[in-house]
Amino acid sequence: MTDTSLIRNFSIIAHIDHGKSTLSDRLIQLTGGLTTREMKEQILDSMDIERERGITIKAQTVRLDYKHTDGKTYQLNLMDTPGHVDFAYEVSRSLAACEGAILVVDASQGVEAQTLANVYTALDNDLEILPVLNKVDLPAADVDRVKEQIEDVIGLDASDAIPISAKTGVNVEAVLAAVVERLPAPEGDATKPLKAMLVDSWYDAYLGVIVLVRVIEGTMKKGQKIRLMSTGAVHPIERVGVFRPKQEMLDQLGPGEIGFFTAAIKEVADTRVGDTITDDKRPCAEPLPGFKPAQPVVFCGLFPVDAADFEDLRDAMGRLRLNDASFSFEAESSAALGFGFRCGFLGLLHLEIITERLEREFNLDLITTAPSVVYQIHMTDGTMIEMHNPADMPDPVRIDRLEEPWISATIMVPDEYLGSVLKLCQDRRGRQKNLTYAGSRAMLVYELPLNEVVFDFYDRLKSVSKGYASFDYQMIGYEEGDLVKMSILVNAEPVDALSIIVHRSRAESRGRVMCEKLKDLIPPHMFQIPVQAAIGGRIIARETIRALRKDVIAKCYGGDITRKRKLLEKQKAGKKKMRQFGKVEIPQEAFIAALKMDEN
Amino acid sequence: MAVSSQSPVRSKPLMPSPAPPEALTVSDSSEPGFAVYVHWPFCAQKCPYCDFNSHVRSDGWDEKRFLAAYLRELDHTAAQIGSRSVASVFFGGGTPSLMQPQTLGTIIEHIDHVWGLASCAEITLEANPGSVDAGRFSGYRSAGANRVSLGFQSLRDPDLKRLGRIHTSREALAALDIARANFERISFDLIYARPQQTCDDWRTELSEALALGPTHLSLYQLTIEPGTAYEKLYNAGKLSVPPAEAASDLFELTQELTKASGLAAYETSNHANPGEESRHNLVYWRYGEYAGIGPGAHGRVLSNGERLATATERHPETWLAQVEASNHGVITQESISDAEAADEMLMMGLRLTEGLDLARLARICGVRPNPETLRQLIGLGVIERDENAGRVRAVGRGRFILNEIVLHLSRSFVPVRFP
Repeated sequence: MTDTSLIRNFSIIAHIDHGKSTLSDRLIQLTGGLTTREMKEQILDSMDIERERGITIKAQTVRLDYKHTDGKTYQLNLMDTPGHVDFAYEVSRSLAACEGAILVVDASQGVEAQTLANVYTALDNDLEILPVLNKVDLPAADVDRVKEQIEDVIGLDASDAIPISAKTGVNVEAVLAAVVERLPAPEGDATKPLKAMLVDSWYDAYLGVIVLVRVIEGTMKKGQKIRLMSTGAVHPIERVGVFRPKQEMLDQLGPGEIGFFTAAIKEVADTRVGDTITDDKRPCAEPLPGFKPAQPVVFCGLFPVDAADFEDLRDAMGRLRLNDASFSFEAESSAALGFGFRCGFLGLLHLEIITERLEREFNLDLITTAPSVVYQIHMTDGTMIEMHNPADMPDPVRIDRLEEPWISATIMVPDEYLGSVLKLCQDRRGRQKNLTYAGSRAMLVYELPLNEVVFDFYDRLKSVSKGYASFDYQMIGYEEGDLVKMSILVNAEPVDALSIIVHRSRAESRGRVMCEKLKDLIPPHMFQIPVQAAIGGRIIARETIRALRKDVIAKCYGGDITRKRKLLEKQKAGKKKMRQFGKVEIPQEAFIAALKMDEN
Repeated sequence: MAVSSQSPVRSKPLMPSPAPPEALTVSDSSEPGFAVYVHWPFCAQKCPYCDFNSHVRSDGWDEKRFLAAYLRELDHTAAQIGSRSVASVFFGGGTPSLMQPQTLGTIIEHIDHVWGLASCAEITLEANPGSVDAGRFSGYRSAGANRVSLGFQSLRDPDLKRLGRIHTSREALAALDIARANFERISFDLIYARPQQTCDDWRTELSEALALGPTHLSLYQLTIEPGTAYEKLYNAGKLSVPPAEAASDLFELTQELTKASGLAAYETSNHANPGEESRHNLVYWRYGEYAGIGPGAHGRVLSNGERLATATERHPETWLAQVEASNHGVITQESISDAEAADEMLMMGLRLTEGLDLARLARICGVRPNPETLRQLIGLGVIERDENAGRVRAVGRGRFILNEIVLHLSRSFVPVRFP
């Protein structure tokens, strides 16, 4: 057990691509955590998707031994936190497990919206912030300007900010020294009852569920019976250890230390991020504040393209849920798409990651239906129901009012794109709350209905700002809205998987765009196909897919048969990826593509 | 230019020749028979739209050696599949009218020797309608050919030039006269939907062609094929062909004009007076059996109860060397499953105006289209079912959208259970 004065717990806050992972790798390398030969780039992001996308989904820690110039050896616990708004709660718990944070800002790019949100979360958790300016080796680096921006935008003293290049290694030693000198040591009494925070957990094929913890008070030992306070579940600890980044088993973890334990816990769902872990026999009086169970905010339907894959999809989702308790699913059936699942996610990135993993790791072909937020429907009889699926919309005569979730969004954008971003926010029913400048960058705060953001707002924002805008949001609550269910009829038959909830003022333009899109997405058939958007019985938009005119090939003789037959086989395989609605076949990609709004 | 090649040709006595083919009626199709396709790969010049296996040899070729190789490949194929009665031989290319008549004659004699030509066998030669080639027509007739297919492509000189053809329209009409003096059965080809061609242009040109009194016509829509000079031009934006809608209009116009002249389509791109259909091509479309001889020739043959798809080496000299080394030029030989055969028979059969023989499909491939799918397609007016003849055929606008119909029928195939 290490004296708390020799421990420093810190995380690294950075925008994507500002160099968080490179700096982590450098720190591990400098303190001898791994030899150069063992270094694999971005060690902490171990999942394939994490590495490909440069994002962190699961929190990870690494313990470093650092010998300071004062002659003492310090235990540095580096916490790598998820970096995306979808995982805002997980981020807040990871940060709460630290006393300090290194704020990494790209010296050529400056502060971004995501950085800002995470810095505020860190400040809310009373963390000491150590600003570091990365990529000073780049010609475009402007240290003074970015320091000024940190002071203006975040209100943080940046005079002592350390200029580094994580890539070349310049000045990285100075970061380690500053961690010891400028970040506070944890406090905690080893003699008190055990009180530890559950930071994150994941499933390991050999060890079962591995639980990442920060010990606040008391000690955690092998063999000890611990209790998870939110559920009351009791487990005897099998192993206690730390990551360096390789697993190293220890006898115990003391106050201020970060490490892991295993205790024959079967499912990640049994461990909840932010929960308090205590000793079963000698529990602490109060749990830690700030715990809340994961709450999905975005829902969509996932259906196998081939109906025969339904059970495989169920198994695959079950296996992903082993490691991600924030993802929920329940069986659903659609008149159009057959059997599938209604799934809940923390946000859009989470949705994308899960669907991508299902397709890639489990080799499934999926139809994803329009993402929906959770609407609160207040009925005339005084009851309230939560609706995750437009198909479940009750009869409008029984509805008193509909409420939808709103968010507060922070957007940072170079001022030349401000006009387009303002227009985008206005078009999405946004309410401007604030507009400030830091140099040539504008910081916008907008309140927006989540249902306008949930689908393609982020893509649109990136496109209207040529990729320069950054975006973050938090939920602010529910508000009544004039919302209607818009149905899409293909060849006069409603396609339930295409119906959406939309604000009345936006229904006509959305309906028109969806019909236009479907006109291009559905290939011509042997007959003419009307595509209509309707609210109730009223048609608000219509397009017609003209009948196929001519596709016969001019020549076909003895030498052509094999080639033409192979073409036919390919076309037949392509048809298998379509869904039949009445007499019309709709390609699977149409379900999502139809919803994209190119507002040009 | 006035069209002057009217009738006297017809009244001339036929040249001495093998027995003239008897008229063939459509109902004879229950067994399409066995045909031999012979590919002659050389051309005087490569046409920019053509994706056939054709090669230009400025130093010529050793025709004796090639002839010997054709004979060896015939021997080999006959040994593999056994005895047959040959209903048709087709010399295609390339430009088979570059062959010496004697070469042609020797190949025909050898086919008769290894299998035996049916008494009414159709023996067709594709010919370039240039003056040099036409000079050999009587020789080809004496050598045993009884039908000639002339590659007119257009009746407009500027268009012929653009299509890379080496003949003029005047030569083509002269060649037609010479052909008529030598062969009873003659066909010629035209290509339409050419760059900048309008409906009016095509109406005039096709009317002129019909006024020549053909008994068989192949009318092809110009398509941009992979690997051709036209494809490169097209991709570079230097060649524009009529857009899909205009091409459909041209196709429709073609059907109208030919029908009005008694040359209604018997296949998507082929038109004939009743009884004048190309028997050879009917073997393909009725999914009969055919052997492919020569470089880049394809075959569908039955051997030891198996249906085989064969293809020979495309490059002429490589093919020659392979035949000299191992008696055949086959480079791929695959067994065709019943399901594959069903797709092929469907694809080919629906191109014919007579349609697809359902009884034969069931007998050979063990499948039939799902009755519900048939009912839907009939409801849409794109196919009809002839209960007496046991056939389905594409009708009306269905003839324009065969791909789509084939796709539906093929996906609907269900096994036939025989009682």
